[in-house]
Amino acid sequence: MNEQIELQASSLTDKFPEIVSLDTRTGYTGFLVMPENLITVAQTLRDEFGYDYLSSVTGVDYLPENKMEVVYHFYRTTGGGALVLKTQVDRENPVVPSLTPLYPGAEFQEREAWDLLGIRFANHPDLRRILTWEGFYGHPLRKDWKEPFFEEETKPFKSRWPEGHVYRAEDKNPFHDNVQYPPGFDPEQWSPETDELLYAGLKRVDKSDDFLTEQVVVNLGPQHPSTHGVFRMVVVLDGETVVDLKPIMGYLHRNHEKIGERNTFLQNMPFTDRLDYVCSMSNNFGYALAVEKLMGIQPPERAEYIRVMMAELTRFLNHIFSIGFLLNDLGAFFTPMLYALEERELILDVFEAVSGSRMMCNYFRFGGVARDIPDEVMEKIRKLVLERLPRKLDEMDYFITNNEIVRGRCEGVGVLTAERAIALSASGPVLRASGVAYDVRRADPYSIYDRFEFDIPVRYNGDIYDRYLLRLDEMRQSLRILQQVMRDIPEGPIMSGKPQYQVRVPAGESYGRVEGPKGELGFYVVSNGKPNPWRYHVRAPTFINLTSLAEMCRGQKIADVVTILGSIDIVLGEVDR
Amino acid sequence: MDESLNSAGYEIPPEMQGQVAVTTLDKIYNWSRKNSLWPMMFGLACCAIEMIGTAASRFDFSRFGMEVMRPSPRQADLMIVSGTVTKKMIPQIVRLYNQMPEPRYVIAMGACASGGGPFKEGYTVVAGVDKFIPVDVYIPGCPPTPQALLHGFITLMKKIEKQSLRSVPWYQKKPGEPIPIPVLGPDLMDPRKFDLIKQVCKPIEVQANEQPEGETGHE
Amino acid sequence: MITGSGILRGLWTTFRHFIKTYLEDLRSGKKRYFTKEGIELRRSPDVEGIFTIQYPEEKLPVPEEFRYIPFLVYDEGENGEKEIRCTSCGICAKVCPPQCIWIVRTNDPVTGKPIPQPKEFYIDVDICMNCGFCAEFCPFDAIKMDHDYEIASYDRFKEHIFDLERLSKPASYYAQIRPTNFAREEAARAEKEAQKAAARKVNP
Repeated sequence: MNEQIELQASSLTDKFPEIVSLDTRTGYTGFLVMPENLITVAQTLRDEFGYDYLSSVTGVDYLPENKMEVVYHFYRTTGGGALVLKTQVDRENPVVPSLTPLYPGAEFQEREAWDLLGIRFANHPDLRRILTWEGFYGHPLRKDWKEPFFEEETKPFKSRWPEGHVYRAEDKNPFHDNVQYPPGFDPEQWSPETDELLYAGLKRVDKSDDFLTEQVVVNLGPQHPSTHGVFRMVVVLDGETVVDLKPIMGYLHRNHEKIGERNTFLQNMPFTDRLDYVCSMSNNFGYALAVEKLMGIQPPERAEYIRVMMAELTRFLNHIFSIGFLLNDLGAFFTPMLYALEERELILDVFEAVSGSRMMCNYFRFGGVARDIPDEVMEKIRKLVLERLPRKLDEMDYFITNNEIVRGRCEGVGVLTAERAIALSASGPVLRASGVAYDVRRADPYSIYDRFEFDIPVRYNGDIYDRYLLRLDEMRQSLRILQQVMRDIPEGPIMSGKPQYQVRVPAGESYGRVEGPKGELGFYVVSNGKPNPWRYHVRAPTFINLTSLAEMCRGQKIADVVTILGSIDIVLGEVDR
Repeated sequence: MDESLNSAGYEIPPEMQGQVAVTTLDKIYNWSRKNSLWPMMFGLACCAIEMIGTAASRFDFSRFGMEVMRPSPRQADLMIVSGTVTKKMIPQIVRLYNQMPEPRYVIAMGACASGGGPFKEGYTVVAGVDKFIPVDVYIPGCPPTPQALLHGFITLMKKIEKQSLRSVPWYQKKPGEPIPIPVLGPDLMDPRKFDLIKQVCKPIEVQANEQPEGETGHE
Repeated sequence: MITGSGILRGLWTTFRHFIKTYLEDLRSGKKRYFTKEGIELRRSPDVEGIFTIQYPEEKLPVPEEFRYIPFLVYDEGENGEKEIRCTSCGICAKVCPPQCIWIVRTNDPVTGKPIPQPKEFYIDVDICMNCGFCAEFCPFDAIKMDHDYEIASYDRFKEHIFDLERLSKPASYYAQIRPTNFAREEAARAEKEAQKAAARKVNP
């Protein structure tokens, strides 16, 4: 892998000797480029070097150097490591050219960087706030921005010990609530957000030669029984046909990254559980990998096997849950869901027994896992993996796959072509159902996935039905991996070194990514050698997969929008973070 | 039938026992209400998944007469605030609460809904839904397991049992006022607190009136 | 493929699930409901048919590692006094991710030096995320995660900041909810004591 990166390095710096320079800060990798040359370099990367997939866009605020940095992680869909490109701008007026015209998948991520860090992207088609609301005061992820309940720069807070006289944070706030206003603010003069910009950005079809039918704007959500949480879509309808659609999120924005930068490295672990709360083990995995990369440690053999086991059980659990929900969205209210949830409960029992909690597992530690699996639980997993789950999967296949209604509603609906899926940075089942065999477990293997025999299922139609079938296939492959894990798992320690609550993480940056059940889940961590991360960014797969929602929905009927959304399988905790 | 229902304080002659039931209007009214609480189909965050788990086959809250989760607030009796309440979401939650007909109950499920939870320090998190709508039962836990949620339901039922027709607010002469809906400004604004906001913000006004809006951070 | 067969298959699956409950009832008889082995059977991977645990009549037992709100362990002295294990070292307060633990250390009134005992100890359960770090990193086995989840209340302002008294639970309770952990820790402690005693004998 390293050779490959060096090879790229020489060819890229050869190609642009003046423009591109190596990032030479200790612990950092990748290339630095001036913002005015960004488009040229990115275009060459895509068209000549084959880096067709822009995975992640991260803004970083380097307050001491008075710089804003934007970090781009490019990949090839044929596999291999990342090419990291960075551009630095002044903190006072940060403007970076937008990569959205080249890589449409950057759209939401650039909006996020604008919203949270105040980096403006020139030529962005729709640069509005995405997680907070229009009119929000300030850009919260800037290092000099303080929230109303701000106590100290970093945890642990001094007020907790040894003189920990308890109080509630709101009691110290002048408004007795988690709010603050700019000085001199008068609430009665304020005109609230009216969504005008949003509605103006919606496309409408030109129908001058047709009947005079009005095109209607419909808001679905944020409280809607089928939006999978607090998610809102604005849809322009011509009759029943969707003309344009815009997703609106942020209704569950819980400031994961701001809190994460205040936490110590270990304290972030239970917070990652609450990202994609259906599959907390995968989130733990990604974050543990990112920090372990920085620390340069390796978990022992048994821990690696346990990790893979938990990750694959999570994948099974997530997919069976999402298939249940898909049928719910189709109108088969709750009955198929009940069968799915039955298997989920059994897997949750396993999680509860090993980690202590059904959903918020908090099971991974840097250099291993929290505790070993008891023998009786191992026996239970064996029974599940070898007998029950394959049987139940076949049952699910039997009664859903050839159901006429499922086929009628799903085949040919919500199509995403392979080219567009790559351009829109889709990942996970959405990408693979469009015919792109890209799975991080094979493309850029991590942990011990290179030891197992499994296939990367691919489907080629890119519609809802293929996404469903792909999830079924993936569950079969997960079971296949699990069976190998059960066969090969060695005895031995589960932690390298002693468990520590204050880990030493050397300065540098790292990007750990795993193939989560919903797609590529990445954690970008910057350490400056202190106990807390300087920057902590999550590349949330479903957030970026939502970029392609509008494209899938255009031209479809309004009733299918819900199903298409279900087939992307979003979890709002991760979308909004 | 519930044994406690059949004890209104009147003595039943021995030969009639087992044939007649004597109860009070309050008791039969509360008994029927508590056994047909219809929750609103409304999930916010992680806790919503546990709520779905509670509705599913293992815990099955239809045993408590709750199987009909209503997507519309107009048909619901019970709002389970299941998850972190954010500033962007609270106007909608208050609106939903206002749309629910009386009698209505609110359960704050989990630490986040009760008091902000682990995300309390965050800048867009409401520190407890009870800042805006009245809450009947709080369930601690992050997230509460389905059995903890069921225990919360039972706790709520005990509360309903104690209510009396004479004192319940929805049979009073004066109808209750709807809760004013919070507004999203530079930060969340509660209309009930406008005066306080003006008062706190005013003294600094003179010194810093050239602060460009939405650009710089707070000091 | 005959039209409608897919729908029939779905109905057949549901019907089979329905029938299986009664078949299982016939096979295992009365012990299937409201008994310990019945609950165990219904949560095992072999379960078929009905899956419901009828809380509150039957309760799904939680595993030993289950974690809810933390509690403080005290040993019972000979005269029944509470000897709280906590030394107010503050590690739990430092490691707590949402910072919900508050400890006031006791200072000796004469010398002003800290005494290894907490004067006040609070946990704000409206913030606690049940992550279990406090129990995991406590060097004195003094704070542990509770199994009691039935703590719904009507008023959070009075009841949701747990103080020292509410948090303290006897070591016997701990031994009861986490028997293997308790046994392991006691063994480790006994070994340490023995080592100390041996060291004292060698150089008094």
